[in-house]
Amino acid sequence: MSTELLTISPSPHIHSELTVPQIMRAVIIAMVPAFLFSIYNFGLGALYVTTFSVIFCVAFEYLIARYLLNKSASIYDGSAVITGILLAFNVPSNLPWYVILIGSAVSIGIGKMSFGGLGNNPFNPALVGRVFLLLSFPVQMTSWPVAKATLSLDAVTSATPLGVLKEGLRAGESVDVLMAKMPSYIDFFFGLQSGSIGEMSAFALLLGLGYMLYKKIITWHIPVSMLITIFVLTGIFWLSDPNKYATPLFHILTGGVMLGAVFMATDYVTSPFTHRGMLIFGFGIGLLTVLIRLFGSYPEGVSFAILIMNAFVPLINRFAKEPRYGAKRAKDKELETVRH
Amino acid sequence: MSTEIIYTVISLTAIGIIAAVVIYFVSKKFAVQEDPRISNVESVLPNTNCGGCGQPGCHAFAVAVVNTGDLSNLHCPVGGNSVMKRVADILGVQAVEKDPYIAVVRCSGSFEYRKKTSVYNGTSSCKIEANLYSGDTGCAYGCLGHGDCVDVCDFDAMYMDEKTGLPVIVEYKCTACNACVKECPKDILELWPKGKKNQRVYVACLNEEKGSTARKECAVACSGCSKCFESCRYDAISMVNNLAHIDPEKCKLCMECVGTCDVHNIITTNVTPEKLQQGDEQRLKHEERARKKREAEKLGAQQSNNEPPQA
Amino acid sequence: MSLHKHKTFSIGGVHPDDNKLSAHTPITPLELPKMVIIPITQHIGAPAKIIVQRGDAVKAGQIIATHEGFVSSNIHSSVSGKVGIIEEVMDSTGFKHTAISIRVKGDEWVENIDRTDTLIEEIVLAPKEIVARIMESGVVGMGGAAFPSHVKLSVPEGKHVNHLIINGVECEPFLTADHRLMVEKPKEIIVGIKVLMKALAVDKAIIGIEDNKADAIEIFENLLVNEPGISVEALEVQYPQGGEKQLIQALLNREVPSGGLPSDVGVIVHNVGTTYAIYQAVQKNKPLIERVVTVTGKSVKQPSNFLVRIGTPVIDVLIGAGGVPEDTGKIVSGGPMMGKAIADLNVPVAKGTSGILLIPKEDSMREEVYNCVHCGKCIEACPMGLEPYRLLLLAKKGNHSRAKEEHIVDCIECGSCSFVCPSNRPILDYIRLGKTQLRKQKKQ
Repeated sequence: MSTELLTISPSPHIHSELTVPQIMRAVIIAMVPAFLFSIYNFGLGALYVTTFSVIFCVAFEYLIARYLLNKSASIYDGSAVITGILLAFNVPSNLPWYVILIGSAVSIGIGKMSFGGLGNNPFNPALVGRVFLLLSFPVQMTSWPVAKATLSLDAVTSATPLGVLKEGLRAGESVDVLMAKMPSYIDFFFGLQSGSIGEMSAFALLLGLGYMLYKKIITWHIPVSMLITIFVLTGIFWLSDPNKYATPLFHILTGGVMLGAVFMATDYVTSPFTHRGMLIFGFGIGLLTVLIRLFGSYPEGVSFAILIMNAFVPLINRFAKEPRYGAKRAKDKELETVRH
Repeated sequence: MSTEIIYTVISLTAIGIIAAVVIYFVSKKFAVQEDPRISNVESVLPNTNCGGCGQPGCHAFAVAVVNTGDLSNLHCPVGGNSVMKRVADILGVQAVEKDPYIAVVRCSGSFEYRKKTSVYNGTSSCKIEANLYSGDTGCAYGCLGHGDCVDVCDFDAMYMDEKTGLPVIVEYKCTACNACVKECPKDILELWPKGKKNQRVYVACLNEEKGSTARKECAVACSGCSKCFESCRYDAISMVNNLAHIDPEKCKLCMECVGTCDVHNIITTNVTPEKLQQGDEQRLKHEERARKKREAEKLGAQQSNNEPPQA
Repeated sequence: MSLHKHKTFSIGGVHPDDNKLSAHTPITPLELPKMVIIPITQHIGAPAKIIVQRGDAVKAGQIIATHEGFVSSNIHSSVSGKVGIIEEVMDSTGFKHTAISIRVKGDEWVENIDRTDTLIEEIVLAPKEIVARIMESGVVGMGGAAFPSHVKLSVPEGKHVNHLIINGVECEPFLTADHRLMVEKPKEIIVGIKVLMKALAVDKAIIGIEDNKADAIEIFENLLVNEPGISVEALEVQYPQGGEKQLIQALLNREVPSGGLPSDVGVIVHNVGTTYAIYQAVQKNKPLIERVVTVTGKSVKQPSNFLVRIGTPVIDVLIGAGGVPEDTGKIVSGGPMMGKAIADLNVPVAKGTSGILLIPKEDSMREEVYNCVHCGKCIEACPMGLEPYRLLLLAKKGNHSRAKEEHIVDCIECGSCSFVCPSNRPILDYIRLGKTQLRKQKKQ
């Protein structure tokens, strides 16, 4: 036996394999299919935007942690990389670099580090940046480049299916007429549509979801409750008036619903702790998304819905608790005899 | 268009006025009546909310003094006698003078003297380590060195000395608020009267084990040899469980005991070397006198034994 | 393994690698040490009162300290020899407690102890006599908590017990002491169960065994074919199934109310090791002076199961398993999830020591702590359905009244929350602190 001293620490003396950097790595891996598809769809523009966004986010995180908060830099946990990718996923692929710079600064600086860094931010940092950009640079943020795979609309920039729908309905056209101008559901599913970098392909996003579920990074609760809520609510409206409201499938497959359900709403830090809380959270996002899409002035509402529900998370955490051992009384008949 | 603006302005103004009226009546109705002396007292208090007085905060202290009107049990250690004098003036009662206190560290087992026996790898907190086991050194009574006391100090009056691993109290900043004393799981910190000219004498050890065991665990542990106990002429030193303890109330700061400790564990503060030397000389004188007295007695006894009993 | 899913508890739980390295190593008696150190507090409750003096000659099985009060336990000499110094020594709790050291000389036993291997099936003692004998023999819970067994068997008035559960789960990774005992001494354990059933006057007993111990399950299934009252139930592997409350829920779907005891839901749980000790105490008049200890760890040369006399210093047990490997960084008394790390190799084996685990240096240090990322994994893992992350914050802030409202006292300290936390947060460290401080507050 060596003369070195033995270590003492409180139990447990073993730890599960899963640590924060590994979780972050798994999330990044889960984003790869959507990223590859966006490159296929938009070419190098998607690559540039994503690269810029990641570099800016990591740089801001490092600089702020190191020089403003005087902490050791926390970039190795990988959370800044995720914020960067998610910010890029939420913007068009032809966004100028200085807009990305501003978006990254807002995401990391205001959305995350001003609250104390990883784990302390109440709002999803990438969405804070995205919404800031959407309100500050409405033109750049809504000039979607035409996707290589999108053949139906013949222009340099094109509107998203949701935008086309909203504008069309406002102009008094019926859903059927508008749907005819758009790609089929199969195309929607595989991502042959116009929009932000990462939100195109439901298929690629679902691959990522499957990977994260398989790795037990996230549970099914948020995505499923959010998608079901959107499906059911839009379904009710569609059944009430198919001429005025699009089909539930259309709503699920277009815009940021899939991206939101898979990557944005499931962000650990800004979602509830318990499974019950997650179901409520997902339901809230679904409800708000449908309300904004159908009755709001914006064609898309997922970002706003998630940010609003983020604000409710502390409240949900307080009241949505898991069943506690010993709280319920067993209804064992034998036990009744025990008591008497 | 202009009518719309006018309507808007009028309606908003009206709402504002109505709300103002409502707020006015509500604030009248639910106004909290408080003795004005409470806020007066509060204004002279240090307002550090440290809890050193035993109350949850300065406001609670103000409420307590105003309600009881008696200062014998309520004392603000941070403000000291000057603040309490002003509080007494506000209340129109007699001020009660209390000796100022200061926290002292009753452990001198620095890295050098107290060898580690294990590597603690849990959360860096004394409370958690103390909860787990007796500590990462042999001594079960000594400082654990994570600085829980420093963390709770509101006055920046403590820091951990990196060379010794022990907390150090910054004398002029310490207000004797008792926070560190309550925090320490090993009860190493203790409030001590500040003393005349800031002079204090105390034993910086709490080890109650037998001398040989204690010295094995820490080279400067009190072994309970009682030399200091014997040298004290004022009964200020007591020996309990192999440990010497100086009673500050009885101690006359004669410094005679200081030199007796063979591990120099009787700590003095703000005492000049001259005074220490003086103390040593005094002690030697006393010892000499005592020795002579004993010899004389012995001699006397021998003489009385030698003398044949008178019939 | 059968196709249908085995039972398990429903709230929380984690799945650490089970690493049962010594599962196929038979139990071998350890060579007698030169000296044993027998602490007088090896159990929950009052310390025993010492009745021997330095220099006294004692035999193995002789009482050397008697129980003080009801919740306490007798302590017997585990060897024959001369009583040495009686002083405070470091034991596996990490604190110093009074212990009696005995210098070993020969191996002489008290005469009326039956040391043969013959199985005695007939139970002659009456229920009250059984409890008295168990109390006399100093039997305590051998799963780790070391709660005096006679206290558990004395069901309070007004409570009716209808099930006896025998805990053969051994959900702690690495440990195999109970497993080997079940494989090697199943008949004795069954008699022990019958003794307990007689003492408690119950007619149903269930042995719960996790399905990673298929051999033990099969042995019991075969032996219990003609025993209508006793059954064996295979359980899906999940930690902490060996917790009393979790085991009751897994087997009977009853939940012990918060702050209650198993007898509140009509159940008494005993560990298989305890059951075996009870068999020996009641049928063979042999007090609890030796137990099975697993010596294990990835770096241990021969992971083994030893029959060790109580009070044997850990170092002697480790030498029996091939010595202490060079790269040992931590030595744990007990399993990796709930065991206590020890700093001193002279710490004695106590009645509750189920294993000694050696952890190599590279695994012995905790990893970097990150901020809480709100992943909720601690909540998913907590077998009591608590919110560990919240308890950590409350304990850290010292908000004990809120912590109590969040049921901090229900925590069984299984370590699942700290185990799963991806940020390596010391959740259980703080919960334990909160519980201790709450207890202190109550006392004041």
